[in-house]
Amino acid sequence: MSVLDIKDLRVSIETEQGKKEILRGVDLSISSDEIHAVMGPNGSGKSTLAYTIAGHPRYTVDGGSITLDGEDVLAMSVDERARAGLFLAMQYPVEIPGVTVSNFLRTAKTAVSGEAPRVREWIGDVRKAMESLRMDSSFGERNVNEGFSGGEKKRHEILQMELLRPRFAVLDETDSGLDVDALRIVSEGVNRIKAETGLGVLLITHYTRILRYIKPDHVHVFVNGRIAEQGGHELADRLEEEGYDRYLKAGV
Amino acid sequence: MTATDTTPAALRTEAEPARPIQTRSERPTSFDPADFGAPTGREVNWKLSDVRRLAPLFVDEETEAGDEPGIAYDVDGIAERGLLVESTGHDAAPRGEIFRPEDVVSAIAWKRCPNALHIRLPEGQEVAEPIVARLHGLGADRHANAHIVIEAQPGSIGTVVLHHSGSARYAQNVEILVRAGARLTVISVQDWDDDAVHASAHQAVVADGGYLKHMVVSFGGDVVRVNPSVRLAGHRAEGELYGLSFADAGQHLESQVYLFHEGVETRGDVLYKGALQGTGARSVWIGDVLIGSGATGTDSYEKNQNLVLSDGTRADSIPNLEIETGDIAGAGHASATGRFDDEQLFYLQSRGIEEEEARRLVVIGFLMEIVQKIGVAEIEERLAEAIDEELRRGAGLAPATRAGA
Repeated sequence: MSVLDIKDLRVSIETEQGKKEILRGVDLSISSDEIHAVMGPNGSGKSTLAYTIAGHPRYTVDGGSITLDGEDVLAMSVDERARAGLFLAMQYPVEIPGVTVSNFLRTAKTAVSGEAPRVREWIGDVRKAMESLRMDSSFGERNVNEGFSGGEKKRHEILQMELLRPRFAVLDETDSGLDVDALRIVSEGVNRIKAETGLGVLLITHYTRILRYIKPDHVHVFVNGRIAEQGGHELADRLEEEGYDRYLKAGV
Repeated sequence: MTATDTTPAALRTEAEPARPIQTRSERPTSFDPADFGAPTGREVNWKLSDVRRLAPLFVDEETEAGDEPGIAYDVDGIAERGLLVESTGHDAAPRGEIFRPEDVVSAIAWKRCPNALHIRLPEGQEVAEPIVARLHGLGADRHANAHIVIEAQPGSIGTVVLHHSGSARYAQNVEILVRAGARLTVISVQDWDDDAVHASAHQAVVADGGYLKHMVVSFGGDVVRVNPSVRLAGHRAEGELYGLSFADAGQHLESQVYLFHEGVETRGDVLYKGALQGTGARSVWIGDVLIGSGATGTDSYEKNQNLVLSDGTRADSIPNLEIETGDIAGAGHASATGRFDDEQLFYLQSRGIEEEEARRLVVIGFLMEIVQKIGVAEIEERLAEAIDEELRRGAGLAPATRAGA
């Protein structure tokens, strides 16, 4: 079993008006096979948490720690984190012109597992994963994220997660921009991968809608760069009813 | 430092007295070098060029007389296939059928090349195997001049490759004749050694229903200037003009492209892509598209994109579009110069791909759009190899810090 441990994490970004503090001491511990939902209003720091775990250079860590089974994640480069077993499904996946999906997937798989996958086995794995995400086989010949619809981009993120087999995945607003069918397909994918690999999931979302398909073990409410409340699945139901107003009014 | 400029060239004459805007088709021509004189660097077609380094090509001297030629032409394979026409002198048609020198280098090349190399695709024939002429420079101090005629007779189909290697001071004219219904691909590859100086003027005409794919691929050489000019003269003539360049430290790679829609319902597509890396790497692209008054139903697009990989480079990119008829199907132009996209690198790295490999993927991906259009396996492979070499050379350089830095 693995543990992703976040302790007293404080993060800022540089803006034109100077340094801006975004995370103000976040504690969160995720074990394998657990699903944690981080919910909160816009601007509460949810995505900052996601990108800081992945190591995006825009964010400066001012204090605290992130460890993966005791290893210092913050000391790792972006690609080292991925090779250590962390995965970020992005809200806005980036277009890479001229690089085909199949070339990209194979290059990433080779990097993560340290050796090139066996060709026949790999082709079978890719086809199977694409079928279960209802992706057309022609997808592999398209350039990464170029001209993809919102739903295709998110499916492509989950496809990578399935093939790269991370230990922990951060899903950053994976539900945004998805219609009901796409949401169901993507959620099924996450549940299937978790069942097969014991993946630990950090699910970042503004809406409770995706939690009907992916059942969280723990729910954390993020407000103003801190966790304002924690609970089980019932907390999500309450947010569905009441929204985030109560936290914002309380001025947490 | 980047000049990404969309001002029409004709308006960019701040220091000169006002004069009427000159349309691209009215640029002066002459077969006599003396009519041009040596460029000063202020002329519209020289102002972004490296006139100092190109100066050896401005010398009107005897070049093909001695025992020491500047360029070795390996065209035996073409001759064996019966595609080479012997001895095309100054007055031997089709030499000079459409070619009119527009600058001094071109006029000297015309004058000093008594026998043109003439490659001809026979009427109605499809020549499946690419026709490759290997032009190898025999020394950086050797001055050579050449006129080359590539003629695709009516209904013929084929691909002609001019592959340049070695080193020389080489002035070159390429006259391209695409007869009715012919489909011709011409690829000029500048795979020179680091000290070559090369200026080339390509002039092409495409007749009724003809198609020309013209490609300029430049990655070697000290200063390389390849200026293609294509006239879509016939009804439904088509021209696709593509270019790819990779300039590294100290290299100046230039293309001034001119596409003239003259016939009715012609279609043109111009796409040039360049990568730059290292101090003093410089690329110049000027793209002129003219849609003539009779060219109704024209469909035309031109674009130049540059990717800046390190600080200390400069890319000039100037698209110009002149339209003399209102009755067209479409016309557009675009130019963009930018640095590496950090978000692209982050995305790839977040999937475990190391930074160097991620940069390689992005650059190759950027250039791939052109590479894929080449369609000659040997050149595609050589090009992929050359891009890898360039990237290895640049591996120690810090990435560009800002757009066009």
